[in-house]
Formats: sequence, C-alpha cells, structure tokens
Amino acid sequence: MSHPERLGSSGGESVGTIAGPPHVSETLADYAARHGLKQSAARPPLRKYIQDVWARRNFIWAFASAKNISMYTDSRLGQVWQLLTPILNVAVYYLIFGVLLNTSRGIPDFIPFLVTGVFMFGFTQRSIQSGSKSVGDNLSLIRALYFPRATLPLAIAVVELQQLLTSLIVLMAIIFAFGEPLTFNMLLFLPILVLQLMFNIGASLVVARLGAFNRDITQLLPFIMRTWLYASGVIFSLPTLMGPGSKLAQYPWAADLLQMNPAYVYIELSRHVLLGKYSDYVENTLNMQHVGQLWLYAVIWSVVALVGGFLFFFRAEERYGRG
Amino acid sequence: MADTKVRKAVEIDPNREPIVVVDDLHIIYRVYGAGGKGNAASAFSRVLRRESRPSMTEVHAIKGLSFVVYRGEAVGIIGTNGSGKSTLLKAIAGLLPPHSGGVYTDGQPSLLGVNAALMKDLTGERNIVLGCLAMGMTPAETKAKYQEIVDFAGLKKGFIQYPMRTYSSGMGARLRFAIAAAKTHDVLLIDEALATGDAKFKVKSKRRIEELRKEAGAVFLVAHQLDVVKETCDRVIWIDDGMMHMDGPADEVVAAYIEATGK
Repeated sequence: MSHPERLGSSGGESVGTIAGPPHVSETLADYAARHGLKQSAARPPLRKYIQDVWARRNFIWAFASAKNISMYTDSRLGQVWQLLTPILNVAVYYLIFGVLLNTSRGIPDFIPFLVTGVFMFGFTQRSIQSGSKSVGDNLSLIRALYFPRATLPLAIAVVELQQLLTSLIVLMAIIFAFGEPLTFNMLLFLPILVLQLMFNIGASLVVARLGAFNRDITQLLPFIMRTWLYASGVIFSLPTLMGPGSKLAQYPWAADLLQMNPAYVYIELSRHVLLGKYSDYVENTLNMQHVGQLWLYAVIWSVVALVGGFLFFFRAEERYGRG
Repeated sequence: MADTKVRKAVEIDPNREPIVVVDDLHIIYRVYGAGGKGNAASAFSRVLRRESRPSMTEVHAIKGLSFVVYRGEAVGIIGTNGSGKSTLLKAIAGLLPPHSGGVYTDGQPSLLGVNAALMKDLTGERNIVLGCLAMGMTPAETKAKYQEIVDFAGLKKGFIQYPMRTYSSGMGARLRFAIAAAKTHDVLLIDEALATGDAKFKVKSKRRIEELRKEAGAVFLVAHQLDVVKETCDRVIWIDDGMMHMDGPADEVVAAYIEATGK
C-alpha cells in the first residue's frame, strides 16, 4: 500500500531516509516482486517441476547411456563385462548354494529359480545403492547447471534398467536351457518390470535425498541391503518355508508381513510368470494360491513408492546444491 | 542518515526495468574437509559428546550484499581471491541457496564457469549432446547446434572423439564455453571461463559475449584481467570480503581498484 509513494520519482534517496536498513530490504523484495522477478533459488511449483522433469527425458536417457558406456572404459574387455558380470554372478551363486550347500529343498529347476531371484533383487539393490550417491557424486554438475535434480536419481534407475536388460539375455538363455517352454504368460513379465522400475525410482529418490544430506547412509546401506536380501527369498523359497508344520505357519502374521515385502513381491511374481515348473510346484504341491495377492501388492508398492518418493525428493529440491 | 551504516541504501532507478535484484544477501556454506585425529575412537567419542564434525567449518562468504541490475547491463565483478565473487555468481544462478536475504531474477540465469561439469570419461562429442540436453534443448536443436559448437571450440582434429580427461585445461575450457554459449540466456553469468583460452579464442569468445549480451537481459563477468572487464562491461562492482566496496561506472571502479591494490 505504501509502495507508490516510496517508489515515486524521488527514487532510492528517499527510501534510504524514510526507512532504516531493515525496511530497505523489504522494499527491495517488494520492488522485485512488482517487476515480476522470481526468487532465484526457490523451488518451482510441483506441476511446473514435473513438466521440467518430463522436458529433460532425453537428458535422462542420454545421461544413463553415457554412464553405462563410461562404466567399463578402463577395462580391456570393455562392454563385454556387461554380459560377463551377470554370468559370473550366476556361477558363484550356483557353486555356493547349488553345489556346496544344496539349498534347493525340492524346488524344481533350482538354477533358474536362483538366477531370477539374484537378478531381480540386484536390480532394486543397485538402484537404491547408486541412488543414494546420485546427488553427492554429481555435485559439480548440480552447481554448474540448473536442471531439476530429480533427473539424477531417475537417470540412475534407467542405468540399472539398461544393465538389467543385458542380464535378462543371460536369464532367458538359462530358462530355455532348462527346458521351459515359451508361453504367452511370459509377456506378463513386462508389466512386472515396469512396476518394479517404478518402485526402484521411488526408493532411489528417497535414499537420494537422505544420502544428499547425510553421507553416513551410503556406508549403512550395504548392510541393510544384505539383510533385505535374506528376508526376500532370493536364495531360498519363502513359500516352502511357509508350508504346514513349519515355524512360519505358527505365526501367520510373520508370514503375512514377509509376503508384503516389495522385493519378495517382485521376485516371486517374476518366478511365477517365467518359471512354469516353479509356479506349478507352489500352487499344486504347496497348495498356495497367492498370485493375485502378489499382483495387488506389486501395484500398491510401485504407486506408493513412486509418488511418495517423488514428493519426498521434491520437498528438498532447492537445498541440494548446499554443503 | 543511512550512509553512516555499513549497508547503504540501494538506489532504484524507476525508469529502468530491473532484471536481477540482490537483497541483503548472506551466503554461508559448509565445508567438509580432512580434520580431527582421523581414527575411529576419536570420531566415536565426538559423537558421544554430541559435538559436530571438527572438519566441518562454516564459511560466511557473502555478508549482506544489495544491488539492482537493469536490463541490457554488463556488470563486471572484481575483487581479490576469496572475496566472494564466484559465490555471488552461484547465488545469482540459484545454485547456492541464500542463508538470509534473497536473489530475484527474471528468467533462469545460466552460469558459465571454469569447472562447469562435463563428464570427463566421455568423449567431447557426447559431452556436447549431454550439455545441450541438460540446458533443456530438444534433440533436434542439439543436432542443429552440434556443428556450430564443434567449430566454435576449434579443437585439434580428432580430439572431439577422445574422452575429455585427455584434454588440456585450455581445450576443456573452450569446449565448455562453446557448449554453454550455444544457447541464449536471460541472465548470463561468466566466471573466469575465458581465462585459460589462447589469444585467438579470446577474440572469438569476446565477440560471442557481445552477441549474447545483446540477446540476453544482462551479463555478469568475473575476471582478473582488468582490461577485459573494462572493455566488456559498462558497470563494475568491487567486492571485498563478501561486502560491497564500490559500485559504479567501469572506468572509475577499475581505476580505484588498481590504486588500492597498488598495481
């Protein structure tokens, strides 16, 4: 209300005399607002932010591909490692859990079962672990250019998706080598991948914000991840453990809780879709009909994680350059 | 009167349109570095005693700056090393959030810095594409600008195919400037981006800055070569220890600066 006379033709001189320093700052902010200037480090409205992120989709994809390419530039074999890494992983797990410990416990075709678990869990695990570093590792980029910061954890999730797609070649080869027939049912694997990707993005956005302000998270994450791995039925079958007469059967709430675990949900669904013999074994031998429930959990987890993670990351948007 | 205070009132020219308003800006940033004894026992006792990390220090880099920059101005910022010039540019670009006060701009400011990050493991080619996309260009625009950027950077033949870590500092600076200058900016902030280029590139980049200045609303330039500042800018702000020391026409301020620093 007092703007017009303050900003009359007399200009700054009178501003200085009328008002002491605290009022000067007020006036400058008002003055800026009247001319439509916006706060430079402020976070944009959510709608605009989502549009900005969408506008950078090409950047996300190019950044991810570039990251993927630069990952192996120092090694002699180069991109061959993209394929060799999953194969070696499978070999190690086979040696330990298949040959030495013999954890198969009546699961038909234990190797495809194990490989599906290891790859699908690794997808989520690596997304979260590199997501936690996505802000810290790119501080120079963040301080050099303005772009929506959420593109960084998003790009990380895309990197992991690209890595997984290479691993899937190995997985499919193994599945078919074990005599699994090609079925239409396998097409359902695609929506599972999409749902899991959504979950990974959400989880990686959450840890990206945590990791940006507290580097201790990145030290702690490997242990959390390992605990999660054992709770998710990657190297053993949870349904087998839940059979009648087992310990878990006495505590149904624990079994319910384990089945809600997102990593378990995505892994188990993938197995049901890709491994006909395993699906048959769970449904007929163990008499457990829980696929519908798994789908429900899968959708809920992916939506909750993606929306919640995005909002959580967004709320600290203007602070990521600091420190 | 206000002039006895440390912070002077900012004069506002009602006839001109402001593009950047800096309002009593304070910047404090945290620095994490090696410090303390560095063993686990001392770190643990520190956590138990609820002390903050000894290696973390707070730097009060900008202490209450206020000024208004109008459309079409080219502002040089001078001061000794560590006086807060680069910090100020980062704050205007919105890369460092203010501790108190504020920076108001029209449009998104773009900062051309010496260490504007590009990915050093990737080829120059890929860096151009990534840089353009990060600035918000579409793939078609990126493609259209690609050759222009390569020509402007003027790298030796074949170097565009090599990873950027193999570049000399001058070559890297040229490529970065070429990428950033490919886009028109509302507010352009140039931080010593031209210091490592050779004579031929300096002429080229000066011409490009002139062009950008005409297209842009305002240009900020941080440079230690005072002749460059005098030639390129019409207004100069001299910062000392994070505070305003002098603000006025380029010739006057630079002359006063030379006198004070005893050159």
